[in-house]
Amino acid sequence: MDYTFHWRPVTKAIPDLLDAALLTLEAATLSMVIGIVLGMGLALLRLHGNRPLYIFATVWIEIARNTPALLQLFFFGFGLGAFGWHLSPFLIVLCGLSFNNAGYLAENFRGGFQAIPDTQIKAARCLGLTATQTYLRIVIPQVFRLVYHPMTNQLVWAVLMSSLGMLVGFRELSGETQFLASNTFRLFEFFLATAIIYYLLVKVVLGTSHLLSRKLFRY
Amino acid sequence: MSSDASAIQFFSGFQVNDLWFLAEAAGGTLLISAIAISVGTFFGCLFGWALTASRWTSLTLGSVLDVFRSVPLIIQLLLFFNFFPIIGLPIDPFAAGSIVLIFYTSALVAQVARGGIEAVPASMRRASRSLGMTYWQDMRYVVWPVGLRAVLPAWAGVALGVLKDSALVSVLGYLELLRASQILITRTQEPFIILSIVGLFYFALSYPISKTTAKLEQRWQYD
Repeated sequence: MDYTFHWRPVTKAIPDLLDAALLTLEAATLSMVIGIVLGMGLALLRLHGNRPLYIFATVWIEIARNTPALLQLFFFGFGLGAFGWHLSPFLIVLCGLSFNNAGYLAENFRGGFQAIPDTQIKAARCLGLTATQTYLRIVIPQVFRLVYHPMTNQLVWAVLMSSLGMLVGFRELSGETQFLASNTFRLFEFFLATAIIYYLLVKVVLGTSHLLSRKLFRY
Repeated sequence: MSSDASAIQFFSGFQVNDLWFLAEAAGGTLLISAIAISVGTFFGCLFGWALTASRWTSLTLGSVLDVFRSVPLIIQLLLFFNFFPIIGLPIDPFAAGSIVLIFYTSALVAQVARGGIEAVPASMRRASRSLGMTYWQDMRYVVWPVGLRAVLPAWAGVALGVLKDSALVSVLGYLELLRASQILITRTQEPFIILSIVGLFYFALSYPISKTTAKLEQRWQYD
């Protein structure tokens, strides 16, 4: 083995890597928030929408779930370029991840909505709550509790998926690593450091979500 | 440009021949995911069993497998691919890709397999042992059939995930669907059409599996 490890470039770049890790978290959480809103909408469209809306939601969900996330990212990156829409790398990653998250979360939400007995909704309406109130106060809180765990998994998944940003020129943790590694030629060292940062990042996300669930679901 | 007959054509549009190229590349995707899923499932079942066997293996193996689920696949691939030249053994993209995908799959399947073993009620296993079955007979004739039913949908989910994640091996240079699409886009400059076609290829590979498992899941709920 005539390879000498050089860790100096990596230790020098740690602040840059941590900044990039923040950007990763930012993209992941933002795409998660958008994904939750869109996914909730898609789930409701699949359950209650009329025929065209139902088809729209189904097509979205099936495409999101049955094609690779990287292909979806390329679609927002290069595919839309064919129509003269040029998104910035951050927007590409954000759109791609949100599209993907929405598709996966919609199925989780649909399962959650179906798990709420119909009788509860009827009872709520009998008590004089409007349809919106019934959803916001009776159904959604229970669905939220049911899908909390799958949602956490999806957030972890989004953090990991955001690494694909490196292939569309987004300088989050992976993109930054790729950039620094090719500047210094210390590929292995940089990718090892990044792997460790990702591992810690995922642990932080899981730990936070666990603590939050203890606070939220005490009863 | 086209008025000048001697001008060199840099780009040529999408042709029917390119569909064959894409179909071949789809074969590449299928090959590497079939290897990863079959070998990975084998090791995953072993690991899953080891996770339930004792607390010591559960702790050590569990934390090792956890790494594969907490680091992005693309980083795993690049790390592994760049590690071998260091020890003086350059490795080709296909080998590196399949090895990493096998590890990745087995880490995911181990989780599923453990779930399957734990899904078999302890009372049922005690009953089988009381009837005089050995540990392995209990595993083979009680835990396997019952657990398999419980986790087959989850396993199919993992298999589909690996099929889609195999797209990342394109980063190392292995010719599969996504890499083929990049090559064709460079030549034809028609990203939208080509990405749509590649999307259809992936959809055609993945959708039947996901529909079949959804059906199986529904049927098994009632018996």
